[in-house]
Amino acid sequence: MKIAVLSGKGGAGKTFAAVNLAAAAGKGVYIDCDVEEPNGRLFFKPEQLQSKPVQVCIPEFDPEKCTGCRKCVDFCRFNALVYLKNKPRVFPEVCHSCGGCALVCPEGAVFETARPVGVVEEGRYRGLSVITGVLNLGEASGVPVIQAALRTGFEKEGPVFIDCPPGSACSVMESVEKADYCLLVAEPTAFGLHNLEMVQELAELMKKPCGIVVNKMDAPYEPLEEFCRQKAIPVLARIPYSPETAELCALGKIAAEEDPEMKKLFTGLLQKIGGQMQ
Amino acid sequence: MKIAIPVDDTKTQVCVAFGRAPYFLFCDTQAGTEELLENPAAQDQGGAGLKAAQFVVDNGADTLVTVRCGENAAQVMQAAEIKIFKSEGSDAKQNADACKEEKLAPLTHFHAGFHGGV
Repeated sequence: MKIAVLSGKGGAGKTFAAVNLAAAAGKGVYIDCDVEEPNGRLFFKPEQLQSKPVQVCIPEFDPEKCTGCRKCVDFCRFNALVYLKNKPRVFPEVCHSCGGCALVCPEGAVFETARPVGVVEEGRYRGLSVITGVLNLGEASGVPVIQAALRTGFEKEGPVFIDCPPGSACSVMESVEKADYCLLVAEPTAFGLHNLEMVQELAELMKKPCGIVVNKMDAPYEPLEEFCRQKAIPVLARIPYSPETAELCALGKIAAEEDPEMKKLFTGLLQKIGGQMQ
Repeated sequence: MKIAIPVDDTKTQVCVAFGRAPYFLFCDTQAGTEELLENPAAQDQGGAGLKAAQFVVDNGADTLVTVRCGENAAQVMQAAEIKIFKSEGSDAKQNADACKEEKLAPLTHFHAGFHGGV
């Protein structure tokens, strides 16, 4: 079972929910796909840490073989290639490493070279594998690192908890694609609802079953409740707004391991997701 | 001198965007000709600035007059030895004249892309 935890905005509690769910499960894999700021490792502090580089291919051009036909430039849907002074030139940040330019070159003048864009860290926390994708600073796209983190995580046994990046763009779609279930974390505010609507639409487009966790809840926010009823999406948990929980998080502690109420909540949430999946 | 200027849907006014401008006005000051061409990059999913820059290069311009320009497109212009000037006022043809009379200041600030999640 692969559960993706997502929300339309940062700070809603994705990492909190994903980390605590994985801790409540006590086995399986936690994969941090929020590669621009992976924070799950701050809670798990994984041991036996290993790191492997993630590289992408970018094209280079053999000036001896290039005849200037521009087929590669015309082919690139990302417009990463520009033909200047009688030779093609690549803009590496724009390149999506699809390899199409090498395929369409009739002269075999395009070859690919590796460019490092980040790392995947792998470690252990009790019964869990903790996988963390880390994107190099300044890189435009986290997708290759997310793919590498997911590949590493999917090789492990047990349930998978995917901590997604915020928002609903390509990097989130990549993180969710192989998931069996989407857990949508939302704050009970107008802004929270707006962002929930965006990720709910994404989950629906990708035909994923989903459930909602309302986080930092002081009182019900009726428009959000109404939205859940309308879309017939179950609210699986309501996590109360609590300074104690916030403090545990700030200390880098896993609430479900410190607070019996939180343990009960996340164990129950895990069972409900299991029930939803059947 | 061949001047390229991004133009909006009015077909006469300078477009605030470079990569996604619907048209480009090309003014050949020696030949005294003007040509308004559709920008092939206007609707592209990504890399519009680079493709528009390629379009400007391919049309043989040696000068670009624009409101703004991204870093990638600026690199293309630099490599192609195309000078970039900042437009003044909204009329495209007046900008071409001002450029010809050397009344425009060079554009020196280039922005990072306005990209969402890639």
